[in-house]
Amino acid sequence: MLSAEIKDKYELVVGLEVHAQLLTQSKMYTSDSTEYGNLPNTHISVITLGHPGTLPKVNRKAVEFAIKMGIACNSTITRNNIFARKNYFYPDLPKGYQITQDKDPICVGGEVPVTLPDGSKKSIALTRIHMEEDAGKSMHLAGEVDTLVDFNRAGVPLIEIVSEPDIRSSEEAYAYLVEIKKLVRYLDICDGNMEEGSLRCDANISVRLHGAPEYGKKVEVKNMNSFRNVARAIEHEFERQIALVEQGIEIISETRTFDATTGSTSGMRTKEDLNDYRYFPEPDLSPVIVSEEWLESVRAAMPSLPRELHHKFVHEFGLPEYDAGVLTDSKEIALYFETLCGLTSNYKAASNWMMGPVKSYLNELTLHISDFPISATALASLIALIDDGKVNFSVASQKIYPVMLENPDKSPLQIAQELNLIQESDEGSIKPLVESVLADNPAKVAEYKSGKKGLMGMFMGQVMKKSQGKADPKVATKLLTELLEN
Amino acid sequence: MKVDLNTVKKIAHLARLEFDEAGAERMQRDMTQILDWEEQLNEVDTDGIEPLTTMSSEVNVLREDKVGEHLPHDKGLLNAPQKDSDYFRVPKVLE
Repeated sequence: MLSAEIKDKYELVVGLEVHAQLLTQSKMYTSDSTEYGNLPNTHISVITLGHPGTLPKVNRKAVEFAIKMGIACNSTITRNNIFARKNYFYPDLPKGYQITQDKDPICVGGEVPVTLPDGSKKSIALTRIHMEEDAGKSMHLAGEVDTLVDFNRAGVPLIEIVSEPDIRSSEEAYAYLVEIKKLVRYLDICDGNMEEGSLRCDANISVRLHGAPEYGKKVEVKNMNSFRNVARAIEHEFERQIALVEQGIEIISETRTFDATTGSTSGMRTKEDLNDYRYFPEPDLSPVIVSEEWLESVRAAMPSLPRELHHKFVHEFGLPEYDAGVLTDSKEIALYFETLCGLTSNYKAASNWMMGPVKSYLNELTLHISDFPISATALASLIALIDDGKVNFSVASQKIYPVMLENPDKSPLQIAQELNLIQESDEGSIKPLVESVLADNPAKVAEYKSGKKGLMGMFMGQVMKKSQGKADPKVATKLLTELLEN
Repeated sequence: MKVDLNTVKKIAHLARLEFDEAGAERMQRDMTQILDWEEQLNEVDTDGIEPLTTMSSEVNVLREDKVGEHLPHDKGLLNAPQKDSDYFRVPKVLE
């Protein structure tokens, strides 16, 4: 372990390359299905297999998805798109080249604003986002002499999102990935599942002394299958590289692989040690020109973005940053909440309901908000029932809400009436209850009068019990105080 | 332009081709000749001209995102030098 003193001398510099598998039905350049989990080598065609004389053709939707991501990141959209061949030999790449973009990626520049755990904000600049195709899947099974190859995934559309070396800590890397995942899910262009490989991340990591004008030699780390592991790999590399520099050993620019069980990285021994991709323009594809009209139609179809909803929740609904953060975590929750706020003006109550009873129900049953049985309208009328003083929050959340979950068609008022839960706020009917509680507990009353004011809670509890939870707590408190203080 | 032997070896490696000494020298001669011949193109003034990236003047030849017909599994595997009932088989890539 390095001492904090040594570590503090160095600055971590990280850039991330994120591959996002696009949620299209068909592949990037052919009409093969992109569906996951089928029998090996069934979603293939002569184009996918790289047979001679075949012609690829670009999937319009994949282009639109890439443009959407660019708009969401404030990138400049390239109008004249030319594809390129990246040449290398690997068994999962049947053509011997990958069709990607080289000199003019569809999105140039842009940024991804992130919020760090301490609440501070930072913007990570993007270099580019380009379109390309996925490779097939190789399996290296133990005890098997061959490598087995499945081409179902070959040609599935990807965008590669390349950040500038703007990231300075593993927390920033984590926050950036969370934001990217949120964006692709809001845009509905990728399911963002890193464990299943629909979102993949490579990290370019280097270290330098604070204030050094040049970046250090960068090391590329691959094979991290979760956000947490990306952060771990960065931490490990930071220490490993500092230790080398401190010993005066030169860092080699290499590709390393992360091992999740040990939390460390090791150099990858590949048979291809010469990385020379010899990019050249793809002659089989004509240029894709993004007209003003096309760009505008994509822009017009953009959904609300997490930061837009966050801004709305804070500035229009007056919610704390924390609430807005939780509520915009997932698009579906955010949209449900937005609908709810169109039906009630008690935004803070709506937020409390979402973050409390609604979320705990969903978490408990590991359900998605789309499976949530209660409509926004019904939840809004439950909030109104409380605001009108008909029931209190604890009756609403403990008695009415569970019945609503079972009977989504019943209105909260109907349930409250059937269960005889409508709160009693008429002094005339609460007073006898209060009087009888006091009459039943003469000793406690005496204690209270001699100064044990803490007994008020006990009296309240008794009154609520006698009223079967229906007494308006405000009225009951007022009556108790009046009678006890006299 | 004279192509040196190292360049021949590098390109051969990238293209996964193997030459013996005599073959490499023959290749070196041929490649030099080809490049020399192509150098005639340098006589043309291409200042201010965008590189030609495609032979056709068409743009936006796009597909709608629809799933089409797949190649039947057995046909796809038919010409593979090594295969089993599910997979293409290749010499082991990772140790």
